[in-house]
Amino acid sequence: MTLAVVPPQSSEPVFYVVDEHDHPEGASTMLGFWIYLMSDCLIFAMLFATFGVLGGNYAAGPTPKDLFDLPLVAVNTSMLLLSSITYGFAMLAMEKSRVGAMQAWLVITGLFGLAFISIELFEFAHMIHEGATPQRSAFLSSFFTLVGTHGLHVTFGLVWLVTLMVQVARYGLIEANRRRLMCLSMFWHFLDVVWIGVFTFVYLMGMLR
Amino acid sequence: MSSLLHRSYPLFHIGNFQQGSTVRVLRILALLPLAAALSGCDFVVLAPAGDVAVQQRDLVVISTVLMLLIVLPVMALTALFAWRYRQSNTSARYEPDWDHSTQLELVIWSAPLLIIVCLGALTWMATHLLDPYRALGRIDADRPIEAQDKPLNVEVVALDWKWLFIYPEYGVATVNELAAPVDRPIRFRITASSVMNSFYIPALAGQVYAMPGMETKLHAVTNKPGVYKGFSANYSGAGFSGMYFSFHSLTTADFDKWIAKVKASGDMLGRNEYLVLERPSANEPVRRYGSVDGDLFKAIVNMCVEPGKMCASEMMAIDAKGGLGREGLNNTLPLTYDKYARRGAVFGPEPTYVASICSVDELKGQSEPESTVPFDTTPLRGAGLKRPLFSPANPSSSSLLLGSRPKSDS
Amino acid sequence: MFDTSSLAKAIFGRLTLESLPLHEPIVVGTFVVVALGGVALLGAVTYFRLWGYLWREWFTTVDHKRIGIMYMILGIVMLLRGFADAIMMRLQQAIAFGGSEGYLNAHHYDQIFTAHGVIMIFFVAMPLVTGLMNYVVPLQIGARDVSFPFLNNFSFWMTVGGAVLVMASLFIGEFARTGWLAYPPLSNIGYSPDVGVDYYIWGLQVAGVGTTLSGINLICTIVKLRAPGMTMMRMPVFTWTSLCTNVLIVASFPVLTAVLALLSLDRYIGTNFFTNDFGGSPMMYVNLIWIWGHPEVYILVLPAFGIFSEVTSTFSGKRLFGYTSMVYATVVITILSYLVWLHHFFTMGSGASVNSFFGITTMIISIPTGAKMFNWLFTMYRGRIRFELPMMWTVAFMFTFVLGGMTGVLLAVPPADFVLHNSLFLVAHFHNVIIGGVVFGAFAGIAYWFPKAFGFRLDPFWGKLSFWFWVTGFYFAFMPLYVLGLMGVTRRLRVFDDPSLQIWFVIAGIGAFLIFLGIISFLVQIAVSVLKREALKDVTGDPWNARTLEWATSSPPPAYNFAFTPVVHDNDAWWDMKRRGYRRPLTRFKPIHMPSNTGTGVILAALATAMGFGLIWYIWWLAAVSFIGLLAVAIGHTFNYHRDYHIPADEVVRVEDARTHLLAAGAKS
Repeated sequence: MTLAVVPPQSSEPVFYVVDEHDHPEGASTMLGFWIYLMSDCLIFAMLFATFGVLGGNYAAGPTPKDLFDLPLVAVNTSMLLLSSITYGFAMLAMEKSRVGAMQAWLVITGLFGLAFISIELFEFAHMIHEGATPQRSAFLSSFFTLVGTHGLHVTFGLVWLVTLMVQVARYGLIEANRRRLMCLSMFWHFLDVVWIGVFTFVYLMGMLR
Repeated sequence: MSSLLHRSYPLFHIGNFQQGSTVRVLRILALLPLAAALSGCDFVVLAPAGDVAVQQRDLVVISTVLMLLIVLPVMALTALFAWRYRQSNTSARYEPDWDHSTQLELVIWSAPLLIIVCLGALTWMATHLLDPYRALGRIDADRPIEAQDKPLNVEVVALDWKWLFIYPEYGVATVNELAAPVDRPIRFRITASSVMNSFYIPALAGQVYAMPGMETKLHAVTNKPGVYKGFSANYSGAGFSGMYFSFHSLTTADFDKWIAKVKASGDMLGRNEYLVLERPSANEPVRRYGSVDGDLFKAIVNMCVEPGKMCASEMMAIDAKGGLGREGLNNTLPLTYDKYARRGAVFGPEPTYVASICSVDELKGQSEPESTVPFDTTPLRGAGLKRPLFSPANPSSSSLLLGSRPKSDS
Repeated sequence: MFDTSSLAKAIFGRLTLESLPLHEPIVVGTFVVVALGGVALLGAVTYFRLWGYLWREWFTTVDHKRIGIMYMILGIVMLLRGFADAIMMRLQQAIAFGGSEGYLNAHHYDQIFTAHGVIMIFFVAMPLVTGLMNYVVPLQIGARDVSFPFLNNFSFWMTVGGAVLVMASLFIGEFARTGWLAYPPLSNIGYSPDVGVDYYIWGLQVAGVGTTLSGINLICTIVKLRAPGMTMMRMPVFTWTSLCTNVLIVASFPVLTAVLALLSLDRYIGTNFFTNDFGGSPMMYVNLIWIWGHPEVYILVLPAFGIFSEVTSTFSGKRLFGYTSMVYATVVITILSYLVWLHHFFTMGSGASVNSFFGITTMIISIPTGAKMFNWLFTMYRGRIRFELPMMWTVAFMFTFVLGGMTGVLLAVPPADFVLHNSLFLVAHFHNVIIGGVVFGAFAGIAYWFPKAFGFRLDPFWGKLSFWFWVTGFYFAFMPLYVLGLMGVTRRLRVFDDPSLQIWFVIAGIGAFLIFLGIISFLVQIAVSVLKREALKDVTGDPWNARTLEWATSSPPPAYNFAFTPVVHDNDAWWDMKRRGYRRPLTRFKPIHMPSNTGTGVILAALATAMGFGLIWYIWWLAAVSFIGLLAVAIGHTFNYHRDYHIPADEVVRVEDARTHLLAAGAKS
């Protein structure tokens, strides 16, 4: 932004900007989205804290050792981690403005995400079928809520992903869509980071309890 | 002040010789304007009957005086500056650009800091000394606890909406009436049956929450005979207003007589009677039970008064050892006994409870008595309760000043 | 196959005719009055054909100034409801003695004190504070709007949605009977199976989304959109306190969202977070909700501190004393407010060391607060104080708030809290700080910025009347509660035995009545000022000879706020401009880029409210349809690319010329 002075040849201090350009739309979006992510992170922090407090209250029921299928969860984790990598490739393609490659990577990301959700739902269904429902103990309540909230976030991420793919297909890689893809990118990686916390704190440490 | 700390903390000896009287004078001064209007009022928090409450009162007064050291000057300066620098007073100095003074800044940060340092030190010590979980060190300001001062144990249960007191040493129990001999330490163990309450006798000691499934403690002593009011200080539902009891501070002889009177009552408080008693009711009269199930309080704290329900202590022990495994999934039974409104959530399965498992302890004990509580075998699920309306004299009471409460014997 | 009751259940959930409180004459009477008033209002709007205008210019607006004004209106309307609750409680407690049941049964009375707390905090104090921040902050930093104007509109309507749900509970069903923080197990399905707690949960969840988003929005605005030259340490103090408040909002409201979500899981699917059985822990709820709840009180009071700073400096005609220490004090309060939550439940048996830690951190907060108090004092020192209405509120605040602060620190001493916790002493304390701080602050702010928003001052006579009624009413209403607290009277009681208490409740009732007169005078003040607006007119845009940037533009400011973005050289930017001979630019105007209005915010919030209503009454189809609608509208909105427009240069010239003429005319007369 250049500051032009009125009157130009005076010793008076400059009190206003004359040669002002339009503020580019979305200049604060990245900051705003970061702050939103932090507030979302706080929700997860509360759920982690809840799990930390209640995670040992099995109400004379099953424990993580009895319920968790670590190899399955490991596969699940790799799905989400891979989806993060493929999202990264999509963003690289976006940088080079290669729409086709980007869309292809987004499709792959979405499929990985879908696989993650499916495996998680399978795990939940299996546990509920066995009788390990969220109602059985405080441990199970907090487990289902923490993991389920993460899964819900991934689901919304998928809806968002599809929406953005339609947007890009219709309007191309315009400035607004680039910005949105960046936001979704942050969201997606954020969910990845949260999942690493879930995997470590809930599954791995749960098996050690 | 002196009465609060002088035994344990020599730091506070310095001002001892006159602090007591200073505090008293200040207290009187502070209350002077109100004195006329207040003559008929009972400032129980400022004039309690028990040593713990007295120390807490002292702390209230000392902290207030300490803070007035800064609050009064601030108020005076506000009035002074507001008056002196009013617009019409053109003789006052006007310095529109004066906005900084390092010395002043130093003062305005350090003055509150100093007060808070004093108050913080006081808080740290008083909080530890007056921790309700800490056994008492003295009967009152002049009498330390002697070895022969065996504390009186009282088990307190907050029910919907009345108080149950169990005297384990005497094997008796009362509802909405508490008694204790003067100058004998009292050890309260406190719990609740359903929701949170707060056990508070202002004349005796500060309050402690009564919470279901948990036990809190309170140590206190009463020094003056009399009848004082106790109540729940935490809102607990429709009958909350009537959830009070009388606390009788008695001489030792009177207390023995009182115990004998309770013992003379033929009523017995066992698990079944408790299950009937704990059902919600408001404005309950005093009840006395001549004998009481010795394990009742333990069962209440562990939420296993109902026959066949696993105790929380047992559950926690199992959990600590790693749960019951997948077998534990089958260890629940449908809930049929309904205390108040334990309904299932709309999307949840039928309400259940964790069944107790046969343990060695249990085998040693006698068989469970058959429950006489009427069981309703229909599954519990429903939108809601009937609204509890506590205005029996006039059920549609919405007109002013109508309806009177049935409250007897308190 | 289809029996009618199950069909009705599918359509209406648990909503039946019996859910309408027809057996409560008081509620029915209120409903009739509200309905008549509502019909009259809607009729008037229809008659004067204002729907189109309201929709285009107000409901769909993304202008931070109009949204700010709408927040204020919401806050004032809800104040009437919250205060009606208060005066009903005062009346009940004043007459329910000597065996009398009073005039409210437990079912009704318990709803009233819960609703009073919830409404006053969430739907009165929050909208007033948010409204002032929304209106003033962009002007103070020389911005054209907030960072995300559409989000701002959406946030406002979500707040309205929450308020609508809470108000609906008065006539459809019932509100929670749990106290304003709804502690479980009492608030859990077992002991509150009715819709009351569900109204509470969804009202707060819907409004909470709005509050969080508006917090994010204002942080971005303050961080990103400051005028050139306005460094962080040149921001007006109100902007600073707004920044800290919004940081607190973003860092605490998610906690509320999470804890209420857990409570609703307990209530809807039977999980065991806060139950007594199955390993749940009610104490965890109490901890979590106060981790939100304590910062919440600073969310309310920090902007008030900012208002008092602006007002003191303006009406003393002096720079604010100790700007730097004021800023640091604000930041320190912000951080410390997260380290004190346990002082709300010392009596839960946390142990002496934990209790004294939290007690002492609480006391430490009083150090920066005390420093602020001295800063205001020394701003007055060697000033030329004009006792206009905002300054009167400020002085009343200084007297009242130190008292509330003192009793607050007293309650922070754990053993003292053991005897005063949950007593009327506590009730008196927090009303002392919230009325003495937040409400007085809001009134100071309204009186101070009203001429900026509307171009004419508020009538001083009725304002002073309202001021004196409020201040004396406050002391009459709450000093007796301190006394009653020392007599060991606990809060939330409906009936009393001890006749010696009655006189104090009667005095408190008289105080509440005085406050009622204060509210009426305030409403009359606004009406009178509108009628006398020509006489009270201010054309300068700077009626108080003030110091910060919002006074540099016209009153009311044009849609674009500033024709040219100002450049800042000093803390008191406008004062500095006036002093150094700033001349208003009269030529070289350019088209100005602005966001366009959109109805999406209203629609989204309406859908969210409908979803909340469906969930409250178990009307599953409604909840599902509104949820799908929410998603569809939100996605649809991303396909809307007509989000901005340019105000043509001609239009800017016209507006600015009009002002030039007005200023010239004003200077002549």
